[in-house]
Amino acid sequence: MTDVYSFQPLMVRRPYRIEYIHSYGEVSQFFLGLKEQKLYASRCPRCGATWLPPRRDCGKCGAKCNWFEAPTEGKIHTYSVLHFAGEAFLNDLPFVLVYVEFPGIDTVFLSRLVGVKPEDIVIGMPVKARFKRLVEWNANDVYFVPA
Amino acid sequence: MRRVCVISGGITKFAKANPELTQEAMCKDAFDRALADAGLELKDIDSSICTYFSDHFNGQLLFDSLTQDYLGLCPKPSMRIEGGGATGGLGIRAGYMNVASGLSDVCLVYGFEKMSEVSTAKGNEFIALASDTDFDFPVGGFYSGYYATMAQRHMHEFGTTAEQFARIAVKNYDNAFYNPYAQKHERLTVQDVLNAPMIATPITRPMVCVMSDGAACVILASEEKAKQITRRLVYITGLGCGTDTMRLGDRPRGDVILLPGEEPEKYAYLKGRWPGVASFRGGREAARQAYLQAGITDPLHQIDFAEVHDAYASSELQTYEDMGFCKYGDGGKFVESGLPYLDGELPVNPSGGLIACGHPVGATGIMQGVFALWQLQETIQDHMKSDRLQVKDARRGLIHSHAGTGTYITVHILERGW
Repeated sequence: MTDVYSFQPLMVRRPYRIEYIHSYGEVSQFFLGLKEQKLYASRCPRCGATWLPPRRDCGKCGAKCNWFEAPTEGKIHTYSVLHFAGEAFLNDLPFVLVYVEFPGIDTVFLSRLVGVKPEDIVIGMPVKARFKRLVEWNANDVYFVPA
Repeated sequence: MRRVCVISGGITKFAKANPELTQEAMCKDAFDRALADAGLELKDIDSSICTYFSDHFNGQLLFDSLTQDYLGLCPKPSMRIEGGGATGGLGIRAGYMNVASGLSDVCLVYGFEKMSEVSTAKGNEFIALASDTDFDFPVGGFYSGYYATMAQRHMHEFGTTAEQFARIAVKNYDNAFYNPYAQKHERLTVQDVLNAPMIATPITRPMVCVMSDGAACVILASEEKAKQITRRLVYITGLGCGTDTMRLGDRPRGDVILLPGEEPEKYAYLKGRWPGVASFRGGREAARQAYLQAGITDPLHQIDFAEVHDAYASSELQTYEDMGFCKYGDGGKFVESGLPYLDGELPVNPSGGLIACGHPVGATGIMQGVFALWQLQETIQDHMKSDRLQVKDARRGLIHSHAGTGTYITVHILERGW
């Protein structure tokens, strides 16, 4: 039965749910690697660019990349303490987003930082990856803590 | 290519919720105002561009056909353009192509968004689906978070302060106070902004644009047609469009893209670290193209006002630098100098921008075109019942439309030809 929200103007509730059978495709190895407690990155054999998150095809020159294991320790490149979020993440608040820079990797990697008080976070702080034992097969299967 | 003019514009009052009207009726109201303003009739329009961002907000796909039909434009040619937050700016670019190419003489570019049918948290989730849903969305799920990390890095690299971001928000609220189309009419102090609830450090609630319901349109015409319609000609003299990687973390670090007239030595102090996550490469590229076409080599003095995409006060500050209003790193000093204020050398967001006008995504970039047109036609008084926001002797304006962390950015230069 239709749930009426208002009669003037007439407003009705219209729910919408969907389930996607989503494929990680050519970067599946990255997500499978999180279960092995590894960060798989990619390197372009032609121009030398390194990518984490990985890409099959180099975003700079277009050549096919090779997989390699990235270091799991790096430094905070930038961060933010979130006090509001999209609906899916409201229960996690507050949480900390960090971009982590790794030696030998050209990109910086978005993840969550835990185990540190917001006022103690500084750019340049050493951090290391931790991996969830009960994986959910998504990008949150890795997070970072102070090194 | 033919020269293209903006001949009229129309806009609805942006509001947190406008349940009284459907999207198509909001578009019709904006369209009727634009037709009336130019003394045109429906039959004078020979093509259209429709812009809206997300099918998710209302669960209606092909909304462009619903609106095209409702506006009475069938069976004339039309096309939907979508590019995140830059949807409206890209729409103006597409309209320009229609007219400049000769495919069309008079093209309506209209855009809308009705964001009130879902909660703010759900709306933020939909917007965040316009980030990489494999790697970024599952971790952050929130655009304010992404922009906050960029702001934090800018502060780290250049000594920018949260107070400087707050000043920008205050400026934009102050301007919007005199704009009857703006969603927000309130006065805040820098302390109010800094003390407001934190959204994502260092960004507080009043530094963020708001969800909104609204529609806006501009009518573009060939120079020949425009001369038959209005004496107050306004030309589009420069267009630029830049892009960047979907994931913020993938942005390169290298040399600055130079604007016309700049020398590489000017940015030696950046040591090849540009843009990283502190600046918007796509914005810089869009400005370069537009300035080259319009013959701008000294933007601070050759542009009389700018309407820029201030989804966040921090991104307005970063945009001062991308547009070459000041050097990279000097955005904070630029706002402190008073230059972007209404009575300054280069007023930025005299309308109040997205922060105070609201951000009904598909309408926003077109809203900038409407306000810029009125500035250059010197009709702010007629449309706003006050000339408080009229920039004196405005001859050349810049509008800047921007999508998620700078993935798409458009810049248009509008110039008075009367």
